[in-house]
Amino acid sequence: MTTPLLELKKISVSFEGFLALRDLDLVLNQGDLRAVIGPNGAGKTTFLDVITGKVVPTKGDVIFKEESLIGQKEFRIARKGVGRKFQSPRIFENLSVQENLALAVSRPKTPFSLLIDNLTVKHLDQIQHLMSIVNLQLKANISAGALSHGQKQWLEIAMLVGQDPDLLLVDEPVAGLTDEETDLTADLLKSLAGDHTVLVIDHDMEFIRRLDCPVSVLHQGHVLKEGSMSEIQKDPLVIEVYLGQSEEEE
Amino acid sequence: MQLILESLFNGVAIGSVLLVAALGLAIVFGLMGVINLAHGELMMLGAYSTYITQLIFKQVSFLKPFYDSYVIVAIGVAFLVSGTVGILLERTVIRRLYGSPLETLLATWGVSLILQQFVRSVPLAYGSGMVIALFFGLFSPLFISDDILHGAKGKLIRASTWGFSALLGVATGGVLSSLVSKLSRASARNVDVTAPSWMRGGVDFVGVTFPKTRLLIILITLISVLVVIFFLDKTAWGLRIRAVTQNRPMSDCLGISTETVDIITFGIGSGLAGVAGVAVSLLGSVGPNVGGNYIVGCFMVVVLGGVGNLLGTILASFSIGIMTDLIGAGRLLTIWPEMPSPLFSTIDFFATTSMARVMIFALIVIFLQFRPTGMFPQKGRMVES
Amino acid sequence: MSIFSTKKSWINLTIWVLIIALIIAAPSVLPVFRLNLLGRYLSLAIVALGVDLIWGFTGMLSLGQGIFFALGGYCAAMFLQLNSAGEFPNGIPEFFGLYGVEKLPFFWEPFKSSIFTLISIWLLPAIVACILGYLVFRNRIKGVYFSILTQAALLVFFNFFNGQQKLINGTNGLKTDVTQLFGQMVGSEIMQRWFFWVSAVLVILAWFFARWIVRDRFGNILIGIRDDEARVRFTGYNPVIFKTIIFSIAGGLAGISGALYTVQSGIVSPQFMTVPFSIEMVIWVAVGGRGTLLGAILGAVFINYAKSLVSEALPASWMFIQGGLFILVVTALPEGVLGWIRKDGLRKLLFLIGLNKKLETFPSLEVNEQGEVKS
Repeated sequence: MTTPLLELKKISVSFEGFLALRDLDLVLNQGDLRAVIGPNGAGKTTFLDVITGKVVPTKGDVIFKEESLIGQKEFRIARKGVGRKFQSPRIFENLSVQENLALAVSRPKTPFSLLIDNLTVKHLDQIQHLMSIVNLQLKANISAGALSHGQKQWLEIAMLVGQDPDLLLVDEPVAGLTDEETDLTADLLKSLAGDHTVLVIDHDMEFIRRLDCPVSVLHQGHVLKEGSMSEIQKDPLVIEVYLGQSEEEE
Repeated sequence: MQLILESLFNGVAIGSVLLVAALGLAIVFGLMGVINLAHGELMMLGAYSTYITQLIFKQVSFLKPFYDSYVIVAIGVAFLVSGTVGILLERTVIRRLYGSPLETLLATWGVSLILQQFVRSVPLAYGSGMVIALFFGLFSPLFISDDILHGAKGKLIRASTWGFSALLGVATGGVLSSLVSKLSRASARNVDVTAPSWMRGGVDFVGVTFPKTRLLIILITLISVLVVIFFLDKTAWGLRIRAVTQNRPMSDCLGISTETVDIITFGIGSGLAGVAGVAVSLLGSVGPNVGGNYIVGCFMVVVLGGVGNLLGTILASFSIGIMTDLIGAGRLLTIWPEMPSPLFSTIDFFATTSMARVMIFALIVIFLQFRPTGMFPQKGRMVES
Repeated sequence: MSIFSTKKSWINLTIWVLIIALIIAAPSVLPVFRLNLLGRYLSLAIVALGVDLIWGFTGMLSLGQGIFFALGGYCAAMFLQLNSAGEFPNGIPEFFGLYGVEKLPFFWEPFKSSIFTLISIWLLPAIVACILGYLVFRNRIKGVYFSILTQAALLVFFNFFNGQQKLINGTNGLKTDVTQLFGQMVGSEIMQRWFFWVSAVLVILAWFFARWIVRDRFGNILIGIRDDEARVRFTGYNPVIFKTIIFSIAGGLAGISGALYTVQSGIVSPQFMTVPFSIEMVIWVAVGGRGTLLGAILGAVFINYAKSLVSEALPASWMFIQGGLFILVVTALPEGVLGWIRKDGLRKLLFLIGLNKKLETFPSLEVNEQGEVKS
């Protein structure tokens, strides 16, 4: 057995006494695609905040490529190969699509290099390639703020891929997308797995089902159950805390 | 012991001026996210209101017997004057700029320039007239029932209230300028407010003399803080204001008129600036620039105290006040004469009021290295985004 | 190539031709008094460029650029004072005698060297900006907090310089017009003509420099920091470094500007560090058009020229006009004049006079092969 890419050990986070996460354990291997679901307030976003360094856990450790991430700065964690997509699309609205991607693919990410170096042909090719993946070639010079919501979501995913991270953390990528766009996004994420390790957070069940991957259910800050979608759906505990609710709603 | 008591008193006195000045600023910033650079000028209006009230009490025969109590009247007048101008400012400028704090900052600076020049170029009598016109114009619709206001002739009625208010303003201006000749000409010169006789002198306590003006300012501050706390915590409008601060769209949905809440919040913040103006006018002469001298101190209080927490504002004011006295007046050296000599000479170097500011700023920047969001930061997951 | 870029460069070119023509014509057309004023305003355009870099591009509103402006001015003035102090007792500037100082304070010593002075005029403000900026940015203090802190810092520096008579002549400041440079009086007509040329050339150089900085991805990161700083961080860039660098650059530009302004106005004093002056710098940029660089230059020159004309005619009205300008530009014209022209203003104008071209609804349909970056 190889060493895992990412390992969360007994993570606890408390906000003024409220335990957002408690004793959370999670292991991701190189090339995995993993979905994390959970009702509102289960700690999904906090859990990404911990990995990316935005929140420092009260207890526990995050091991990424055999190295602890606790206490590291966000931009350093990003440089080590952790990319994050936010819940609502966060892109640079006043830059064009191309400029957004250029910032993502640029390397090294130091001020001096940005000022002196020109983008290499390799980078330019990469930008074209990324735009073709997410179907934005025709909008290369349009400022990102003018894109539709779905296109913004995709641009952000493309930026993420452009960073070439080992681990992609994707927070609710299909919120506000049409069904067709949702399916395309699912296919896109599936194609990324393998080369990259992908962790998707969402509560759109159709979307998760389409991803066809192992699922972890988060409830009140810890992992309630792990398994395939069909196993999860049969689990009485999960039905009680989560699926039951959502089916009632439907 | 006496020294420490004296120093503590002076610190608290400086701190309470800062606190009453910063209170309105902190409320508006904490609740609405608006930095009002014209806050100092609203204080200036409060100070001028005190001056005008005093002159009226002196010149008008039937008010003369009550001369000694003009300060108390002035507090109310100043609150109303600054509050009215503040509401006008909110309605015309700040309203358009919610959500872009830096733009608000620049626009309010523009307002502060205009207000400064206004008191220089417009005779105070007519200035008061304009404020009175504004006051009645803005508030008289409140006393007319909604049915009439939104009825067929609503526009006409509103226009006529403004017309009436304007006439009232002109009349006030005319009467004031004929009654009190000092108010009839524009002047850029500083004016002085004389304290009534009962406020002169001091109170002796265990061998230390406490000037009565300072005691009065501490009292004004104390009352202002208590009233603000009571208003925010115990009244229906206070609850609404807090609700809008937490979640504006949700408050809208619950039927709270967020527009009215904005007006009330800003009006109270501005009115408190007026009250601060009364306090400031008792300490020194009053001029167009009087507010500018205090405004940066107020900002330091807000930065040090953290946003949206009155306790932070209070603690920050008093710590800055006490520090100013300890360092600026060189009192630390008197209290602790045998301190090591390098420290002694450093503190001696900073032992003037202006150099104390330098030192305090450095200390605040150092403090912010450890607590970037002030003494009492806002917590929770929404803060970062 | 998008239609916007061609239109933009066309506008830029026109404006530049006009500017250069004006600069060349000015010395022969204007009387020395006006020429000197124009020279001062050109030097103010340099500090405005810095304000544009930090505010227009990066979104950080500094209200304390006067610190760096004054530091540059003091550097130049200290050198000039020392340069012509030979005839005074002890060989130190005359004002020291008033306060009974007999030995030159230690920090004056290096300003005997012209090379040190030329470097420190921009390096010293840049270092101060770097330290101040780093301490603030490190803690993610931004938005209005940053503005307030810079304003407080400004006041602190003002108090310091104002209170230290024995070190730098306190509130009286340092005079430069009666000092000597190259055997000439600094305040003389011939020197002032030279300073005008130097200012004109330096404005253009500063523009090229600023242009070079924001030309490509570095500028895009600055805009990115303005748009969404967290995204910058999660993309693997350290915003603190970028902000510190750009703040230091703006500080350096302010220093150069201050030195040029000092030699042309004949004095540097703590008045350079008053609160209104530093906020005024922002309004030049706001009116000209933030994020346009050229707008900063135009704004600085035109607003100051207007100020001097209005103040001569109706002294009291300038405050009203300026106050109104602040309110107007943020509420009605947030893009500034140049930004407005570039965005849609020209088209609207053309439409108004009936010369409107057909609107292209999808200007960027053509895909370009090169990584075309916003210019």
